Amino acid sequence: MITKRIIPCLDVKDGRVVKGVNFAGLSDVSSPVDLAKYYSDCGADELVFYDITASAEGRALFTDILTEAASQIFIPLTVGGGIRTVEDFDRVLKCGADKVSVNSGAIADPDLIGAAAKKYGDQCVVLSCDIKRVDGAFHVFAKGGREDTGMEAIAWIKRGVSMGAGEVVVNSIDTDGVKGGFDLPMLQAVCDAVDVPVVASGGAGSAQDFVTLFETIPAVSAGLAASIFHFGEVEIVRLKQLLRENNINVRL
Amino acid sequence: MIAVIDYGVGNLFSLRRSLEFVGAEATVSGDAAVLRRADKLILPGVGAFGDAAAKLRATGLDQVVLEQAAAGKPLLGICLGMQLLFEESEEYGIHPGLGLLKGRVVAMEGRLPAGLPIPHIGWNGLRLVKSDCPLFRETKDGDCVYFVHSFYAEGCEDSLAATAEYGLDLTATVWRDNVYGCQFHPEKSGPVGLKMLRAFVEV
Repeated sequence: MITKRIIPCLDVKDGRVVKGVNFAGLSDVSSPVDLAKYYSDCGADELVFYDITASAEGRALFTDILTEAASQIFIPLTVGGGIRTVEDFDRVLKCGADKVSVNSGAIADPDLIGAAAKKYGDQCVVLSCDIKRVDGAFHVFAKGGREDTGMEAIAWIKRGVSMGAGEVVVNSIDTDGVKGGFDLPMLQAVCDAVDVPVVASGGAGSAQDFVTLFETIPAVSAGLAASIFHFGEVEIVRLKQLLRENNINVRL
Repeated sequence: MIAVIDYGVGNLFSLRRSLEFVGAEATVSGDAAVLRRADKLILPGVGAFGDAAAKLRATGLDQVVLEQAAAGKPLLGICLGMQLLFEESEEYGIHPGLGLLKGRVVAMEGRLPAGLPIPHIGWNGLRLVKSDCPLFRETKDGDCVYFVHSFYAEGCEDSLAATAEYGLDLTATVWRDNVYGCQFHPEKSGPVGLKMLRAFVEV
């Protein structure tokens, strides 16, 4: 039986993990490679490297660390951040990424999804969406959640999937950082609309939030989080044990 | 030396690194002479069946694979590379494969029970049908491996070595004589996958 995936996300700037992390036994807590290895050993099912660098030098550092991580960690790696062209796909795939997530780049140029899917396959293209409720409707936000595009999110996701996105990451701005649990109504609406795997992001504050997520919406394939893992509030091994105790199938 | 066949499809970085990690001397090559000299061959692949089959034929490497497999050289197909081992695929039309194994590649769409996401992405447990398959030297029933695919092989009962349950029993591993295939990505399946690669290296 397929297992539910647990995915830590690492924000990387100028070759370092941005959000401070605090782990015993990890000598360099801001080394993306060390942290990625740590997560992989703890049972993470997949890793996301999110490049928040703006400069060309930072980009080069990012691909260096990606190459190093992909040489040592043999679980799927997804890369996001600053992906605007098919050449950007090429750049990170050559360094060992398995999937590439597009967000603002696809909003600016929706044809990017189809062009990348045609070249690398649907399985390679992840559509990541930052979504916020505006007057009761789900709106897609661009530029790291700062800019309301005015686009209705479900329609945009359906369009993205029809163009070739093989997976969708739903990041709820409304619940992100609140640590009160995932945005279940938003996730249900997306799962009802598309038949590709849906990854939940934004709002996890405890291990129980993942249990609630997978119990309430069995169609969700994976849960993604950053700070609760980085700060050790939720240990991945412990989280997976809890999921299993609740009859949710996981890889342990 | 293990040669990963480079016919212009997919990204071979992780596969080469994982082979090196398990101690193999690995090379990525599209040169027929290099492939003929290698002790073992790996046929990788991602993307669409028709494109990949066409590229394999355009490079002439299909004949090298057939000739080397017939000579008894161990051959491992991974993901789309496994699908290419079969007789044909129905992905965007009917395309002939290498025909090294009996069976055909069909779409999940319309065959899986409703409500299961397609592609089949993620970690799924193996059910070993032929536990004596040399790849499974260190593999246990229930070990999870990483899948990413929308098509699967059927009608391959004679070579079927493992399945994974996803609404129906999907072909996960095939094996007949010196020809092996994995629908999943051993190079992305953590310690379980690395053990399988090591078993192939040492077969």
